[in-house]
Amino acid sequence: MAPPAEVLAVRGLSKTFPGVRALDDVDLTLHPGEVHALIGENGAGKSTLIKLLTGVHRPDAGDIVFQGSAVSFATPLDAQKAGISTIYQEVNLIPLLSVARNLFLGREPRNRVGLLDFPRMHREAEETLRAYGVRVDVRRPLRTLGVGAQQMVALARAVASEARIVIMDEPTSSLEPREVETLFSVIRRLRDEGIAVIYVSHRLDELYAVCDTVTVLRDGRRVHHGRLAELDRLSLVSTMLGRELGEVRAEGLTKFTGDHHATDAQPVLEARDLTVPHQLHGVSVSIRPGEVVGLGGLLGSGRTETAKAISGALATSAGSVTVAGVPLRGGSTPAAIRAGISLLPEDRKSEGIVPGLSVRENISLAVLPRLSRFGLVSEARVDSIVDTFIERLRIKASSPQQKVGELSGGNQQKVLLARWLAMNPKVLLLDEPTRGIDVGAKAEVQKLVDELAADGLGVLLISSDLEELIEGSDRVVVLKDGAVVGELTGDEVTEDKLMRTIAGHAPARDTVEEAATDG
Amino acid sequence: MTVTKTDARVTAAGGGEPAAAGEPAGPARSERLTALVQQHGALAVLVVVSLVASFSFESFATGDNVGNMATSSAFLAIVALGMTFVIITGGIDLSVGSLFALGGVLAAWGSRHGTLVALLLPLVVCGAIGVVNGLLVARSRLAPFIVTLAAMLGARGLMLALTDEGADTYLIGKGSFLAELGQGTTFGIGNPVWITLALFVAGAVVLRRTRFGQHVYAVGGNEDAAALMGAPVARTKILVYTLSAVLAGLAGALNAAWLASGVTILGNGMELEAISAVVIGGTLLTGGLGYVSGSLVGVLLLKVIQNVINQIGSLDSSYQQVVSGAFLAVVVVAQTWLGRRRQLV
Repeated sequence: MAPPAEVLAVRGLSKTFPGVRALDDVDLTLHPGEVHALIGENGAGKSTLIKLLTGVHRPDAGDIVFQGSAVSFATPLDAQKAGISTIYQEVNLIPLLSVARNLFLGREPRNRVGLLDFPRMHREAEETLRAYGVRVDVRRPLRTLGVGAQQMVALARAVASEARIVIMDEPTSSLEPREVETLFSVIRRLRDEGIAVIYVSHRLDELYAVCDTVTVLRDGRRVHHGRLAELDRLSLVSTMLGRELGEVRAEGLTKFTGDHHATDAQPVLEARDLTVPHQLHGVSVSIRPGEVVGLGGLLGSGRTETAKAISGALATSAGSVTVAGVPLRGGSTPAAIRAGISLLPEDRKSEGIVPGLSVRENISLAVLPRLSRFGLVSEARVDSIVDTFIERLRIKASSPQQKVGELSGGNQQKVLLARWLAMNPKVLLLDEPTRGIDVGAKAEVQKLVDELAADGLGVLLISSDLEELIEGSDRVVVLKDGAVVGELTGDEVTEDKLMRTIAGHAPARDTVEEAATDG
Repeated sequence: MTVTKTDARVTAAGGGEPAAAGEPAGPARSERLTALVQQHGALAVLVVVSLVASFSFESFATGDNVGNMATSSAFLAIVALGMTFVIITGGIDLSVGSLFALGGVLAAWGSRHGTLVALLLPLVVCGAIGVVNGLLVARSRLAPFIVTLAAMLGARGLMLALTDEGADTYLIGKGSFLAELGQGTTFGIGNPVWITLALFVAGAVVLRRTRFGQHVYAVGGNEDAAALMGAPVARTKILVYTLSAVLAGLAGALNAAWLASGVTILGNGMELEAISAVVIGGTLLTGGLGYVSGSLVGVLLLKVIQNVINQIGSLDSSYQQVVSGAFLAVVVVAQTWLGRRRQLV
């Protein structure tokens, strides 16, 4: 059978931004019903390619032929109208509007007098969303849904607008495993309907589960394209990184060395029976110096809440936190910081970096009060600390004065890490430290975590990347519905065992009721 | 209370529909209650204050007093209606007070050339200023605060020029259709009140049941997303500023008709009163959420409280403003708190 006519043919696409050749003579062909993986490290040109395809930027050279005719979109809306829909990493909907209104915005059904036909809108919205595994009251504001369900609404919207190509930019970064499954079944349905999908993800498992073909970009150039099945994981990683196969194999997929000096010393952090109404039900975690303790569990199991409760960012109704034998009083963030607890939050953008400030200012932000006398800051001491950490964490910035917003995700994460390390913490709480950063930077951050533990820090690691959690942690405390359901130590720390622990326990209803009564 | 919490928690934990049924943990009932208070809290306060006032002061619940309050509320309410649209898009319109005064003067001036001119002139001139506001905000991407502040100064200047620095006062002839519109009654209720009610019904339908209304909410809720979803962001903004200006001009014209002359000193600080009424009515200053009915209640509440202070009599008129200010602060704090509870802001 001859292959069907291509829906998209990109030839020799190039784009230069001031000082950077972002995309250099890239080709891409897409057939109806093809699920195409687009991968590469951050800065490889993925985003630029997507932005050229969706009308955000205009190419310097090259053609985009969509459904047989050359196109040039002026805005993302034009691309969308022509049939190229995009689902972004962050949900791009309107949280205050109802689910149905979000789904139908711009193409609402109207009755004979031109007013909106709500009964029909709600009926159709419910029908549509059922196919995506979302069963909710569509009259509710979108923001009351979980992030996964919101992502599904965005997907339903994109597909409903008669898309011929759906571009998914890291669609799973905020999804739970079962939601990922739903997403995959939706993708397979799109494929059967002849809709082409461009799938961008850093998660190799997902790529192999759902993609047929692959394009690998590196430094703005296409370095590989073909069927994904013909490329094994290690070759894929080495193509992406541009490193030798042997090197990758020797170092493993993650940068963790595995074991640390788990000493028998007194725990540096001891959190007991942390309780937050509706969120945590008596969670206890202890960490010894030099130990990396992982927090396992699904999205919403209370991992982030545990880290926040320890760091004082979330008010607890019961429980205690002890740092190096000294009980933490007050339960406030400043008290926790003084005691030596540092939290690297999950959401870099909203809770961490200040994009408009320089690398230097971002690093010194938290430590400033300690470097000042009578309210005046010693510039020399700030410089020396900033220089130390830029070197030690291998932060790639043109100078300490460069704005953090201009750095790549991985380097932003390192800047944040530097900010907290400058405080000389005893305990480091890392919430998704490698989310959304490319493979190379991921490895660097993982290596850093190892080094920090080796220096005697206690580390709490939260990650939805199972591989990272397993290889990085000495011990894994497993959470479910806000309670500890198990702990894996030594040889038990395996993906298999972790998933069994998560799956094996029924919801701890006793704990729930007890906690509610207490509250 | 314990039982309720347990119920909510167990439902949330156990409501595991297959795949991505996104029920976040958390009590939906308390969310609904908070939403209800935010939307209708002002109405409850209005009822309570009115009841207390009618028991405390004999002259409060009389036909005359209520009629006066209703008519004097009508003009502010029309301005607040337009302001509601602007604020839901996340904007602000400071020019309405000046446009109100300009509209009144234009109507009185135009009444010499017939009723049609008297009514159309303020609408067209104020509407044109509104279009300019909208264009500057939407196309030139200037801050609404600055754009409408400039329009506020400009419109007042224009009005002063028309009246020779306020020295000329234009009168509206008795018995004309315009005078009847402002001063007459239908079924014993002042015509401005009927007009206001009709405008609010129309406003509510437009906001809730038309695509334009959806776009107003969408633009205020998340402008970038709205643009990506195909909402005409610029057009929506231009329309709301135009609507706000036209309504301010209309309110000014009706007010002039009621007073039988174009009074130049009116409308000072009216933009702030209108904004207060809208916020009291449960519309979020950050945009994306709001109710036309709430703004009407907000206006009535402001007017009732002013009236109550007048009834007390012993209170110095300067202190009236202190009391209104304090009251407004309390309401805004309450609204913000409710908003935070719902994690809207």
